[in-house]
Amino acid sequence: MSSAAKPELLTAAGSIEQAERYIRAGADAVLIGEPRFGMRQPGTIPASQLAEAVSRLHALGAKAYINMNKLFRNDELPELPDYLKAVAAARADAVTFGDPAVLLNVREHAPGLPLHWNAEMTGTNSAAADYWGRRGAVRAVLARELNEEEIASFKRGTALDIQVQVHGMTNIYHSHRNLLQSYMEHLGREASLVRRGPDRSLYLVETERPGERFPVYEDETGTHVMSPDDICLIEALPELVAAGVDSMYVEPLLKSDAYNETVLRSYRAALDRMAADPAAYAMDPAWLEDIRLLQDPERELGFGFLYKEQVY
Amino acid sequence: MTLLQHVPHGGGKRVRLAKPELLAPAGSLEKLKFAVHYGADAVYIGGQKYGLRSNADNFSIDQMRQGVEFASRYGAKVFVATNIYAHQEDLPGIADYLREIEDAGISAIITADPAIVETAQRAAPRLEVHLSTQQSTMNWQAVKFWKEEGLPRVVLAREATMDEIREMKARVDIELEVFIHGAMCSSVSGRCVLSNHFTDRDSNRGGCCQSCRWKYDLHADDRSVSEPGQNLFTMSSKDLCMIEHLPDLIETGVDSFKIEGRMKSVHYVASVVNAYRQAIDAYFADPAGYTLRREWVEEIGKAANRPLNTGFFYGTPGASEHIYEPEEKPAPYDFAAVVTEYDPASGIATVQQRSPFRPGMEVEFIGPGGRRFSQVIGEMTDRDGQALDVARHPLQSIRLRTDHPVEPLDLMRKRTG
Repeated sequence: MSSAAKPELLTAAGSIEQAERYIRAGADAVLIGEPRFGMRQPGTIPASQLAEAVSRLHALGAKAYINMNKLFRNDELPELPDYLKAVAAARADAVTFGDPAVLLNVREHAPGLPLHWNAEMTGTNSAAADYWGRRGAVRAVLARELNEEEIASFKRGTALDIQVQVHGMTNIYHSHRNLLQSYMEHLGREASLVRRGPDRSLYLVETERPGERFPVYEDETGTHVMSPDDICLIEALPELVAAGVDSMYVEPLLKSDAYNETVLRSYRAALDRMAADPAAYAMDPAWLEDIRLLQDPERELGFGFLYKEQVY
Repeated sequence: MTLLQHVPHGGGKRVRLAKPELLAPAGSLEKLKFAVHYGADAVYIGGQKYGLRSNADNFSIDQMRQGVEFASRYGAKVFVATNIYAHQEDLPGIADYLREIEDAGISAIITADPAIVETAQRAAPRLEVHLSTQQSTMNWQAVKFWKEEGLPRVVLAREATMDEIREMKARVDIELEVFIHGAMCSSVSGRCVLSNHFTDRDSNRGGCCQSCRWKYDLHADDRSVSEPGQNLFTMSSKDLCMIEHLPDLIETGVDSFKIEGRMKSVHYVASVVNAYRQAIDAYFADPAGYTLRREWVEEIGKAANRPLNTGFFYGTPGASEHIYEPEEKPAPYDFAAVVTEYDPASGIATVQQRSPFRPGMEVEFIGPGGRRFSQVIGEMTDRDGQALDVARHPLQSIRLRTDHPVEPLDLMRKRTG
């Protein structure tokens, strides 16, 4: 997709029904998968249902991407060929990967399957994106810690499509340790009290920052800490479109369906209006207001790193 | 314990293994000299660009040259960590910088970002490219990928277990490097931006402010999980220490044993390198007769400031592998002076002060190869023979009698507190 075209509105879903709801709310593409291969999915669509899932998404005119962004262990590698064959047979539109093992398996077992490079926090420059591009990737998923100038420069520097997260929480720490279970054990409590999988009831508060709640949960891949704020870039969409962003991702994790649908409807309306007449585009304040009405009062909506300068 | 129960693979017949490289951190030219003198086969340093320790006393190109020259006298190599994840603004200049490093005689760079990997292969072909642990490589196919991309060495993720490493080594003909000692990210390396969120400092470009070691209150359903008086939640990991398990590691066939700590002191680097050097040499001198010596463990204990553990090598760390108690006790011993001269005829040593000491104080002298003795400081004088009641000036030269012969670059240390 060239930057002159309408950017894709992408989200993730944990079931076929949820994916359909999100498509009806405005998503052009939905990321699906299961925790054996993809991290931080909002739910599981097993390999046995992939074909049905993809065809139902296609029937609604949407694309289906498969999340395979995990870092794999030796003993998990034997599962990759069959899964990739199932993904290709289901006619999925792309897989996202971070581990080069996925790349090798796609070459051998699902040649031609489009690849989206998603290295999370470490997807920070266009030269690295092109490196993966020359090895088969057609899209780079940008780190959420880049600012607007870096996003624009990234796009100018790469031959790949770029995907930027425009809404929702972000993962800010991932450990293969079971930190919550370990802590419960340390306290002398039952480690099994910690539920496996995304859990909206758990959060961390850093002692110096009592106002910020960092969602945290544990699953098969370890411990995940999430941002205390939600990114909300709806007011910056014209700038992102001008920067050439090809795909805009709405992160649905740890949110209600109603919230995610509202977010998608607002971004859908904005992108449609912008495409219809870019010169006359103006944001409708109601789009943001609709989101605010459902926003968790403990979580601020913000611009993430879009206007930040970081030091090091 | 593990060592006493140790049984070699293959019914007592040992595979002939090459001695692994002992790779030590060197945060400054002085630390480089001590690391090499105490037995490191190679050291890794940070340059002034593209490295992950922006607070370390990083090397200029000229200092790199001096470091390479010093190391070469011992047959040791110098690597440079260019292990950031570059942003757009960092891209121009990578090639020129790598060429400068190459010209300075550096043997290898340690790199995670494919942008730097590729630039090095093109612009500075005499530099070996070692894939950094920041790439979180933890399966044999990922290792194979990097081998096919032309890299001679992969530094594995700290999450790789002994069994996984053995399989990687069996399946891919490439040098593998693992961390054997020091502080660890408790996250998957590179997969943490806590610093970015807390302080606008970019952790993947050297700005890490160690937020994982801060204290957090874990809430479930809006209620704190801990009772008053109980320790708060933290992501803080104990430090890695494999001194008691070296035969296991050696027998995986791993090619390089890496010690963490470019920010650590001369005393730390010398003590830790000294211990591992002796253990590795003892193993290769007589694999069947190898036993762990208490002195090595003590030596490490004297420089360590955190509790120690074996990381992921024997499985996923549990509750006892994390630090919930108040942190950062000082190491039990501190660097007091370095020996610069010794006169065998008089038994008088000249030492250079690094922290205050005085007559009557019990100190310990250590040297490469495990030389070590304790003594009480007797009379001491400055260079002009003036008696001193305390050595209070940093870098001041002090003369004192030692109970046994010492050599230049031997260390004198004292108890802290």
